[in-house]
Amino acid sequence: MLSGASIAFLATAYLALLFAVARFGDARADAGRSIISANVYALSVAVYCTSWTFYGSVGRAASGGLSFLTIYIGPTLMLLFVGVFIKMIRIAKAQRITSIADFIASRYGKSQLLAGMVTVIAVIGVVPYIALQLKAVAASVDVLMAHSGNSAQIAGLDSTFLIAVVLALFSILFGTRHLDATERHEGMVAAVAFESVVKLIAFIAVGAFVTYGMFGGLTDLFQRADEAGFGRLFALDSGKAGTWTSLVLLSGLAIIFLPRQFQIIVVENVDESHLKRAVWLFPLYLLLINVFVLPLALGGLLSSGGTGINPDTFVLTLELSRGAEALAILAFIGGLSAATGMVIVETIALSTMVCNDLVMPILLRSTANFVEKRNDLSGLLIGIRRAAIALILMLGYAYFRVAGEAYALVGIGLISFAAVAQFAPAMFGGMYWKQGTRAGAVAGLSAGFLVWLYTLLLPSFARSGWIGNGFVEHGLFGIGWLKAQALFGLGGMDEISHCVWWSMLANIGAYVGVSLWSSRDAVEASQAERFVDVFRFAGGTTEARLWRGTASLDAVVELLERFLGVPRARQQLAIYAAARDVDDWRALKVDAAFVQFAEAELAGAIGSASARVMVASVTQEEDLGLDEVLGILDEATQVRAYSRELEAKQRELQEATAELREANERLRELDRMKDDFISTVTHELRTPLTSIRALSEMLHEDPKLELADRKRFLGIIVGEAERLTRLINQILDMAKLESGRAEWTTGEVDLGELARETMDSVGQLFREKGVALASEIRDDGLVVLADRDRLTQVLINLLSNAVKFVPGQSGRVMVRVGREGGAVRVEVADNGPGLTAEECSVIFEKFRQGGNTMTSKPQGTGLGLPISRQIIEYFGGKLWVESHPGEGANFIFTVPLPVPDE
Amino acid sequence: MSKKILIVDDEPNIVISLEFLMKKEGFEIAVAGDGEEALAKVASFNPDLVLLDVMMPKKSGFEVCEALRADPERAGLLIIMLTAKGRDTEVAKGLAIGADAYVTKPFSTKELVVQVKSMLGVA
Repeated sequence: MLSGASIAFLATAYLALLFAVARFGDARADAGRSIISANVYALSVAVYCTSWTFYGSVGRAASGGLSFLTIYIGPTLMLLFVGVFIKMIRIAKAQRITSIADFIASRYGKSQLLAGMVTVIAVIGVVPYIALQLKAVAASVDVLMAHSGNSAQIAGLDSTFLIAVVLALFSILFGTRHLDATERHEGMVAAVAFESVVKLIAFIAVGAFVTYGMFGGLTDLFQRADEAGFGRLFALDSGKAGTWTSLVLLSGLAIIFLPRQFQIIVVENVDESHLKRAVWLFPLYLLLINVFVLPLALGGLLSSGGTGINPDTFVLTLELSRGAEALAILAFIGGLSAATGMVIVETIALSTMVCNDLVMPILLRSTANFVEKRNDLSGLLIGIRRAAIALILMLGYAYFRVAGEAYALVGIGLISFAAVAQFAPAMFGGMYWKQGTRAGAVAGLSAGFLVWLYTLLLPSFARSGWIGNGFVEHGLFGIGWLKAQALFGLGGMDEISHCVWWSMLANIGAYVGVSLWSSRDAVEASQAERFVDVFRFAGGTTEARLWRGTASLDAVVELLERFLGVPRARQQLAIYAAARDVDDWRALKVDAAFVQFAEAELAGAIGSASARVMVASVTQEEDLGLDEVLGILDEATQVRAYSRELEAKQRELQEATAELREANERLRELDRMKDDFISTVTHELRTPLTSIRALSEMLHEDPKLELADRKRFLGIIVGEAERLTRLINQILDMAKLESGRAEWTTGEVDLGELARETMDSVGQLFREKGVALASEIRDDGLVVLADRDRLTQVLINLLSNAVKFVPGQSGRVMVRVGREGGAVRVEVADNGPGLTAEECSVIFEKFRQGGNTMTSKPQGTGLGLPISRQIIEYFGGKLWVESHPGEGANFIFTVPLPVPDE
Repeated sequence: MSKKILIVDDEPNIVISLEFLMKKEGFEIAVAGDGEEALAKVASFNPDLVLLDVMMPKKSGFEVCEALRADPERAGLLIIMLTAKGRDTEVAKGLAIGADAYVTKPFSTKELVVQVKSMLGVA
């Protein structure tokens, strides 16, 4: 059933479908209705899963067990650093970055040298990887053909070549529609996302078929594998921890530094927020596509029973062995998807790099005349890019032909990862470390690349038998510590870990070391600022001040027209003019901003390094010295710092204002209380004064006043004067106590003795009113440390209050002195009217008197109890009252006993 | 027929002096020691003028004044408020609720007599 023709037909039909999807995506993009959603973006990131994943994972699992997982754990972990990706995307957009080579070159002063180096490393590292994809497709075709007994030749051409040609066409059609490489290839992204879905469905279908169709589910499969002795494959081997670590690291870096990944994640990103979806959707995708890897490997090993079937083809052979040809076709399409997706994006990314960073600089330099003569270079540029795509694919095909089954092809996936990992120090350093210099980046990249070449790529050639393996076995020139895979005697590691260790050490060491020892030029310094501080870069005025010179509008416009083509150049000029409220772009002022706009437009087409050279060639730039540039940047930084400081100050000020307001509120409250106090005091003072004045005036005016009245009035005047004196004394006393300026004479006081003496001194008062005064006083242990006079004052106050409030004749007052806990307790209990609960607390406030006396108005100043309480509290005791209306009142105070000396 | 004055204050000595002062001027006098008693005395004694202290137990002078002014039958009753609190706000409050005059303690006996007489039209 599976004839060569039908396979060719299916493959062609699938690719045609892909064309349709891409065409649809482009059409929608042209119509301004992008189909690139967060989901499409996240799926397109799965271009990471190549045919190496599709077929190779099962192969790796069949020999290395769970270690295949590292290739997926790395990216998952890497995606946790969303901030790094966001920053990269932000920089790329701000700088109109076209590729990873452009990114690194732009950061280090728009260096053509760096751009070229990165491009060369990428091409050398990645072309074999493309070959691997072609090989995978070829192998899958072979399996299908072998099954149906046909040959894999169509019209004398081998299918792999045809596939390479079709892929080149596809890439050319959808990858080079626009000249501006920063313009997104939405059709291509849509096609890639579509392919991600296809390969996932295909792989899961095969996995489910094998697990549940050929075996009795996962449990059965694992049980049988265990019995057959494959248990080691799904056990974690702690001895491989080092290998795991380096594989996780490599794949984590690959997810962003492989040219196709950078293209998809950074260059093709439409919206930063899409990344947030990719952060979980892509790992989920990886999880799904890996669920059946181990079951497939085990199923393959169990069914083949050691017949020597290549485990890399289990994905196809398993279902074919059961005659499930339709499923095999689906699997084939899935593998084809994985391969084509990778090849298309990779070649587009690489072609941009080759065109902008290798060919353009050479063209611009060596054949200046040639470039001068051509009026419109945009066609040439597109031509170069298309040629580069074709060339890269043919290189891949050639490598595939030459390498064949050689080891150099099989292991190339990880070798590629290790190659692009060399970009990491220059990239991350460039994004976060302003001191990183061009010289440092060149040194780091060279060192890392050379070590990679020597410890990984060349040994793989040697193992394929293309070159002698002396340098691996015995070391270069027979020097033992130069053994390619045991440098400086570092043996016992797998080759990947060995390479990662030494290349990263050399790379980072050289990058940091040389950066610290070298100085930057002006362009580098300003680019470093723009990259590292992309989120804070002032732009605008700072941007404009970083360029000074003169240029003619015509020259700049001509340059744009030549590289972008007249229509596009005019269109961009019109947009720029409109943004500045200039009607006609011909009236534009040629200032720093305009030159920068032109350079950015050019950078989008030919890369930042070439753009810089071209703009410099048509303008008369004044050389800004490094000092001046640093000065401008410093100022910008300072302005930022000032504004941050200002913000902080403002916050402080607001806080201070709030505090002030609160303090003011408190002061106002205190003021009000003081006002009330003074008002009350005034009232208390004016009241006796009123009687004194009125009666005195009457006595004074009327000398003929009757003697009885005269005597009565004078008596009142004397009494009120005494009241006034008492009041003033108590107010002063209170003020002293409250301000802490009262004088205290502290000594031993026997409270029992003090109570007796005080009762004697006030006895007359009680007798006059016919009130009974009794006491219960303990004989000893009542000595406290206190001021005798002050305690006497308290007790007199309590006793005179009591006598005031009890009824004459039937009144009784009882004094009790005893000990309670660590204190002496003194009680003055009466049988007066008692106090309400509210009064019990109110009476200790200033000028608040209990109302319910025997007379209509209570005598006294209303300060006695507050003063007493102050005194008792000064000695660490308490003064309170226990009472209920109608049951008398019991005033109690305690004074703590002195703490005995130890 | 002599004019009638009701003296309201909770300070007995002030009541004594005011009573003596006004009796000497020939007025008919009644006294009250708190706000509630004052209202009762107004009803029974029917005075022409009330000398009303502000700070009193049970009902303050302000409350008494308000109650009196709320009674239309007592529209012609004159009220002089007496207070030991001399703050402007208190004076304003007293006048606002309908007192005819406001005198702060301690007061001049002569001036008080002059004011009472002029208000009662017995100069």
